[in-house]
Amino acid sequence: MSVAPPTSAFETLRKDIARLEAGGRAPGGVLPFGVPDIDARLPAGGLQLGALHEVAGGGNGALHGTASALFVAGVAARTRGPVLWCVTRADLFAPALEQAGLESNRVVYVEAEDEAAVLTAFEEGLRHGGLGAVVGEVARLSMTASRRLQLAAEGSGTLGLAIRRWRRQAEAADFGQPTAAVTRWRVTALPSTPLPSKPLPVAGVGRARWFVELIRCRAGACADFELEACDETGRLALPADLADRSSSTPAWDRRAVA
Amino acid sequence: MRRVVSLYLPTWPTDRLRRRLGTDAPSPETPLVLVGRIGRKRVVVAADAASQARRIRPGMAATQARALIPDLTVHDHDPQGDADGLEQLALWALRRYAPIVAADPPDGLVIDATGATHRYGGDEGLLDDLVETCRAVGLTARAAMADTWGSAHALARLLARPALVAPDRGARLITDLPTSALRLTPDIVAGLSRMGIDTVGEIEAKPRAPLALRFGPELTRRLDQAFGRTAEPIDPVEAPELIQAREVFAEPIGAPETLARYTLKLAHTLCAALETRGLGALKLDLRFHRVDANIEVIRIGTARPIRDVRRLTRLLCDRLETVDPGLGVEIMVLTAPVVEPLDWKPAAGDLATPAAADVSDLIDILSNRLGGRRLYRLAPAQSDVPERSSIRLAPTALPVPERWPKRWPRPVRLLPSPERIETVALLPDQPPVSFSWRGVRRRVRRADGPERIFGEWWRRDGERDAVRDYFQLEDEAGERFWVFRRGDGEQPVTGDLTWYLHGLFG
Repeated sequence: MSVAPPTSAFETLRKDIARLEAGGRAPGGVLPFGVPDIDARLPAGGLQLGALHEVAGGGNGALHGTASALFVAGVAARTRGPVLWCVTRADLFAPALEQAGLESNRVVYVEAEDEAAVLTAFEEGLRHGGLGAVVGEVARLSMTASRRLQLAAEGSGTLGLAIRRWRRQAEAADFGQPTAAVTRWRVTALPSTPLPSKPLPVAGVGRARWFVELIRCRAGACADFELEACDETGRLALPADLADRSSSTPAWDRRAVA
Repeated sequence: MRRVVSLYLPTWPTDRLRRRLGTDAPSPETPLVLVGRIGRKRVVVAADAASQARRIRPGMAATQARALIPDLTVHDHDPQGDADGLEQLALWALRRYAPIVAADPPDGLVIDATGATHRYGGDEGLLDDLVETCRAVGLTARAAMADTWGSAHALARLLARPALVAPDRGARLITDLPTSALRLTPDIVAGLSRMGIDTVGEIEAKPRAPLALRFGPELTRRLDQAFGRTAEPIDPVEAPELIQAREVFAEPIGAPETLARYTLKLAHTLCAALETRGLGALKLDLRFHRVDANIEVIRIGTARPIRDVRRLTRLLCDRLETVDPGLGVEIMVLTAPVVEPLDWKPAAGDLATPAAADVSDLIDILSNRLGGRRLYRLAPAQSDVPERSSIRLAPTALPVPERWPKRWPRPVRLLPSPERIETVALLPDQPPVSFSWRGVRRRVRRADGPERIFGEWWRRDGERDAVRDYFQLEDEAGERFWVFRRGDGEQPVTGDLTWYLHGLFG
């Protein structure tokens, strides 16, 4: 991990001074994933704070925004401070977000009437500056709207995370349009990590595994990764059969037997 | 469209007396009347429900009432006290419901609820809340909501139950009401009756000039007010204890920048007034008295008491665009109806521990713009049933120490209600081999479970024996689902073994 989020008031001060020196534009920090393969592909060595990032799901995951929501929850969990989560449909299940490391005390939900209100709350949250991350679930994100969000994020140094989630498959075409987001990801569920065989008639469900595509990255190249989903601290991991060690924790084994 | 609520308290003088006497008050079954003097006669001025049930009517001679009920409790009527009490009630309604409230003597309140109902889940919610709260403190109350003060007033008094009138239907409903619904003096009502006019609709059908000639301008004025043809501004309740700042303009103003400039000026004055008393505002009303006698109003609420000029101005100016200055604004009044003591918190003495970020200003901005109930935090509730396992907290509530159990995986999206699925399952204890949901058939490759969740008999009788067995299923593509089967597979009483999909994992 190269740069940690600020842990003391001195570092906050240092950051403030750096911001003053940068002439009003927040230099922003970097939030590394802690997975060397991904961090090496990102120009700053991690997700840029003070910027807008877009995450969509693949296939049905795009309609329900499941894997993308967990991916975003894992990222938000590793920031500091409160998180604002703006939705139009209140179908998020908070216990699952806690299992991805995002403590419920930190999250303030905004249940907006429509997408325009989501974008307003999203932008207001980014502009405020006191939040760790702002998450917005939107189907459409125009160039103008995304540029506004990106500028608000740059100004305050807050991490903006847009979950692109559709009501109908037909709206997926909008994801092809360019936006001002710094990175754009697509997260698709893969069959889970196989568990050691057990004397059971069906195989148990292992730790969720994702196919994570970095579709767009400003000043960087596209890439794709096969990863294991967030653990209870929001961290991703390389699958055990790809890395040289077993990453499935004993807890997951126990659960599979129960 | 204006939404005016009229609250009618049919037995206000006796209810007020009972409340004032507290534990010494006679029981509700004891007939109680209040007696006042008209000339040299002592007459019943107010009678409670129990005495009205025994044929005592206001206006009856006191001696006659005593003759009808020997054990009658009699108190003196206190008209000034009733009027003052109504003013106090209006102030309470001002704090609780809407920025424009006035006493409607002798026995009611009028509330301009335009744009204030969303906090109570709509028009009906506000009416229910109003009537229920009055009932809880011992006031008999009826309420109606309509487009005009006149029609709401008539409907609250002459319709039996709390009435909610859809916009622009008020006029049709009041045409069938008797002429006394129009807030006319008794001799006008009697005069109309002598002419054979008994309902509002009949007055409406007559030519107006002869009526005006005979009864004066009062009759047509009340008629026009009830039908919304002339404006009837509500003069909001004022009280010396309300902290307020006021700005009167020599020339009417209307430009948005001018309004914003004076908003800032008023916020300065108000904050200074709050500071001398050591208070912070929880609610603020900014009223714009227009030259055409209408009043436009902005109400904002804050999560914590504040008296920060910049923050208050920001919150108010955010809503300025909703104000229609019409031909101009003559007076601007900024009041703080709800205040709380505000004391300074010492700054953190330790530089090394960073202070928690304060986002209450952001929460104020968003909840004033979107509506207060749209912002919330979620916290664990005492229940294993998934749809009941979280409760909503206010966004500024203190952190809660409780955690959801981490042992079992939970889906990131929970369907609003479980959806029925068709399954192929081998044995009662086994997860399904395949299932179809929303028309797509999926083969189950991996599964986990069951996690048994029992019904909560203390909430509903139907859940006494209910059992749900939850499974986590993974299909060939790697998508993971949370399904459950009703029943434990042994005893039919626990459920009918149908399968439902309840959530989606990521």
